[in-house]
Amino acid sequence: MEKRFRITIRGAVQGVGFRPFVYRLATQFGLNGWVVNDPAGVTIEVEGAEQLLDEMLETLQNDKPAHSYYQYFNVESLEVAGYSTFKIRESSDQGSKKALMQPELATCSDCLEEIFDPGDRRYLYPFTNCTHCGPRYSIITGLPYDRSQTTMKNFIMCQRCQKEYEDPVDRRFHAQPNACPDCGPHVELWSKQGKVLATHHKVIETAAEEIKRGKIVALKGLGGFQLLTDATSEGVVSRLRQRKNREEKPFALMVSSLIKAREICSISEQEKELLTSAEAPIVILNRKKWASEFIADSVAPENPTLGIMLPYTPLHHILMRLVNGPVVATSGNLSDEPICINENEAIERMGGIADLYLVHNRPIERHVDDSVVRIIAGKPTLLRRARGYAPFPIKVDASDQDQSQEIPTCLAVGGHLKNTVAVNRDTNLFMSQHIGDLDTYEAIKAYHRVIEDLPALYDLHPEWILHDDHPEYYSTKDALKRTLPTIGVQHHYAHVLSCMAEHNLEGPVLGVAWDGTGFGTDETIWGGEFLLADMGSWKRVAAFRPFLLPGGDQAIKEPRRSAIGVLYEIFGEQLFQQTDLLPIQAFEKPEREILQRMLDQKINTHITTSAGRVFDAVASILNIKQKISFEGQAAMALEYLISQTESADVYPYEIGRDGDLDIIDWELLFREILQDLNRLKAFEISAKFHNTLSKMIVDVAKQVGREKVVLSGGCFQNVYLAEKTVDGLRKEGFQPYWHQKIPPNDGGISAGQLFYALKNINSYKKEQALDEVPG
Amino acid sequence: LAHGSGGKLTNDLIRKMFVPPFRNEQLENLHDGAILPSLNGRQLTISTDSFVVNPIFFPGGDIGSLSVHGTVNDIAMCGAEPLYLSVGLIIEEGFPMDDLWTIILSMEKAAKEAGVQVVTGDTKVVDRGKCDKIFINTTGIGAVWPEMKIGASEIQAGDKIIVSGDIARHGISIMSVREGLEFETVIETDSASLHGLVNAMRKKGEIHALRDPTRGGVSSALNELAEASGYGIQIDEENLPIREQVRGACELLGLDPLYVANEGKLLAFVNSEDADAVLNAMRADPLGKEAAVIGEVVEDHPGLVVLNSRIGGRRVVDMITGEQLPRIC
Ligand SMILES: [Fe+3]
Ligand SMILES: [Mg+2]
Ligand SMILES: [Zn+2]
Ligand SMILES: [Zn+2]
Repeated sequence: MEKRFRITIRGAVQGVGFRPFVYRLATQFGLNGWVVNDPAGVTIEVEGAEQLLDEMLETLQNDKPAHSYYQYFNVESLEVAGYSTFKIRESSDQGSKKALMQPELATCSDCLEEIFDPGDRRYLYPFTNCTHCGPRYSIITGLPYDRSQTTMKNFIMCQRCQKEYEDPVDRRFHAQPNACPDCGPHVELWSKQGKVLATHHKVIETAAEEIKRGKIVALKGLGGFQLLTDATSEGVVSRLRQRKNREEKPFALMVSSLIKAREICSISEQEKELLTSAEAPIVILNRKKWASEFIADSVAPENPTLGIMLPYTPLHHILMRLVNGPVVATSGNLSDEPICINENEAIERMGGIADLYLVHNRPIERHVDDSVVRIIAGKPTLLRRARGYAPFPIKVDASDQDQSQEIPTCLAVGGHLKNTVAVNRDTNLFMSQHIGDLDTYEAIKAYHRVIEDLPALYDLHPEWILHDDHPEYYSTKDALKRTLPTIGVQHHYAHVLSCMAEHNLEGPVLGVAWDGTGFGTDETIWGGEFLLADMGSWKRVAAFRPFLLPGGDQAIKEPRRSAIGVLYEIFGEQLFQQTDLLPIQAFEKPEREILQRMLDQKINTHITTSAGRVFDAVASILNIKQKISFEGQAAMALEYLISQTESADVYPYEIGRDGDLDIIDWELLFREILQDLNRLKAFEISAKFHNTLSKMIVDVAKQVGREKVVLSGGCFQNVYLAEKTVDGLRKEGFQPYWHQKIPPNDGGISAGQLFYALKNINSYKKEQALDEVPG
Repeated sequence: LAHGSGGKLTNDLIRKMFVPPFRNEQLENLHDGAILPSLNGRQLTISTDSFVVNPIFFPGGDIGSLSVHGTVNDIAMCGAEPLYLSVGLIIEEGFPMDDLWTIILSMEKAAKEAGVQVVTGDTKVVDRGKCDKIFINTTGIGAVWPEMKIGASEIQAGDKIIVSGDIARHGISIMSVREGLEFETVIETDSASLHGLVNAMRKKGEIHALRDPTRGGVSSALNELAEASGYGIQIDEENLPIREQVRGACELLGLDPLYVANEGKLLAFVNSEDADAVLNAMRADPLGKEAAVIGEVVEDHPGLVVLNSRIGGRRVVDMITGEQLPRIC
């Protein structure tokens, strides 16, 4: 029997070679009809014998193209229309923009082959791509995804490219950024002053030579400028550090191949998959012992790991083959700013840093930094979510929601550091790419751009704004200035929610939110929190014993201040007589007196329960770090020590009580650490300390008695802590959850805020409506 | 001091302690108010401020001089010449007579230096605990210099921003006494009357705005003007004058000097072409010796104050709503 099906597919089905795939299927089965891209996704009509139709449906669902992803698949049966061919119809821009935008995809193996095939017309052409790879999010100006809505619109395809583009069986059928040396973008080499020094392939050869000669090259990559320089030369890397004003924060490396990566790092199967994936992130890997023979110390000082990525565009591939050795590839900016995207801005912002600029004339529409991933407890965890991942949505379950009610669009503006923002369409949670620290002007500029850009791309119009409770976050202040109604979400609750969101947990769960600092509901600084949380409410059930943190943000740059705060809580004024203590010695005598006053009189001194600061205190007491030059440095140094031991020892500690709050009292722990200073090595103390922290979590979990335990906050970037805790919880029959898709650090705050909105916004709406009833 | 409300005792107090130092025609009349001479058509400006500073004595000044400088400066920042002051004292019962006398003499000295007359006043003694030692209110009247047109709306893109000297001294000085912080060297307040300096500047160029960055420091003053003018402001950290010991104290306390109070500094927004001339005039004045151009008004980033940091990079210096809470997570 003949039948006609109309198949509607939503999700990531554009820019992945989906229509050629459908075309091939239909013609293969001898079915007639058409396929069309519309802003919502793809619509297909096919008719023919019922059995063939069923087979085609099955293939559509089971053998879909590599980078496609369905969120909605619907089949309607209709009267036969009498089609005589199968056609790919002109895209329609009618209807709502529900198609999912693709992130950038690393160069595929087919394209790679062409680039290095001297007989191919795209031999050494740095902008080669196809429907399986190439730029997406970074060049899109609007949906549906069509060449006219990308920054490729001004490049008119030559006949041969056009032919590929129009041929339904070609790999480049509707590959929007399709290009070749005859018609596409080209590279140029610019001097520091922006003078053109060379064009076309010569550029890449010269740039490679210059890198080998120790120059710093600013490369206009996929989602912005990167600074590249020889990673093997100490002098060169320290010059980059000096110029970039980045003291010790590790630099990422790019190496030309997996084999090269294996020379310097040990790589598991899972890590290999990540490195070679289409997302091609920076993967944090353990160095091999002899890595220091190949890699300059100042790439990642005192760090047993290295962040490695493989080339992910033809330009990177060609350049890296020429350079051959490992290259520092760091975002083209000063520290903590988002990556910069255009030539003039680059010269302005990197004038003092780069010696040369390798640029091209394909505009970058929006910045997308390199993503960073690390394997934690056997699963990849995104530490920075950008290229390859953003703006792919996180789909959350909303089965508890009243289905008859639409979920209004909300904008979550995130935290202050590592800021991201997020916006939803129904239960699709779109998190922006990594933006940066909202102290810097460039990050704030990017923040404002993304807040406009992300909803606009999907034609979304936020009705509510979600923000952190911290009154001094730029994002909070900005949210409160806007006219839309706002909802504040407590920082640590947002952390817990962000992890619940990606695991679709409704709770109640025990949320362990450990981080540096977050604004608590009692207006003190929280950071070592245990929350009993569900979708609409939370209760703080346990927290670290509070201590004083003298000197605001300065205290976070100086772990010795955390130590002084903790020890002052234990010893009171007596502390300052104990001049054998290293944190005390870390201050000059007159400074100690002032510190004491600051603590006694609470001068610019805040009460905190922060776990991150407890790490700092230990690092200072062990004299590992008294001052730091990047966030989390002291805790990282402590973590790295542990690799030298297998110790399972723990410190004693107590759980006290304050009202209905359990207080994790670390006093015994610190007292014993002070004793251990004379009898144990620093790495043994560090292991013992870490072991105790994970025991604390397990103990609280037992006390609270919830099966599901969610681990979130920056402290869980610490692999040892996370793994030990996951392990410990499992052994006691708990089900631990940690981050994979959403960063555990403040990069995930926006997702947590938005998840809260998805589940609660309709009750806010109701309240608002009631308020408006005249009475 | 045990003088009750009104009556003869207070009257005595005023007559004995208050009138002689500030001797002038209006005050001697002991009227309920002062009748002032005509100002020949110049526009008037009036400003009032109450001073409740704790401690009342600090290195380089006290609540008395501060109460004169504060109001004189507010008048001067309107582009006006301060002429008259009223003084209201609220004194806690039991306040030492000697201290009161010191404060009054200090006010006298400050007023004399500033060339303003105290023409009317009021004194109340309140029960213990009803006020903290002594509160002073001063109201000033000034005559606007005819050629000056000053206000946020006069600010233009390109204007140079000049600070008259080193910043953050007053706040740290007060804090060091109040909290008993002993820094290696005593940090003195910068409290001073600035209208002389304004007078020296006003004919040297087009001044669009003046602000004394008191509470909330340079940052708050600049943020207010950025917001009110609709322009962006850029400042260079490198050019910000600050004394080494003040910088050290700020670092130790974890305070950003841009948010710390000043009492004898002004920020001037000057037409860029006139900036050098104004700067030179300022530097010739004892109160402007260390004057420096610290930044400029830009079309970019309206409403935002952006600091070009010494180590590179641009940091947004925003208005703080409360204390300097840590934000690093
Ligand atoms: Fe956090
Ligand atoms: Mg005032
Ligand atoms: Zn490809
Ligand atoms: Zn072509």
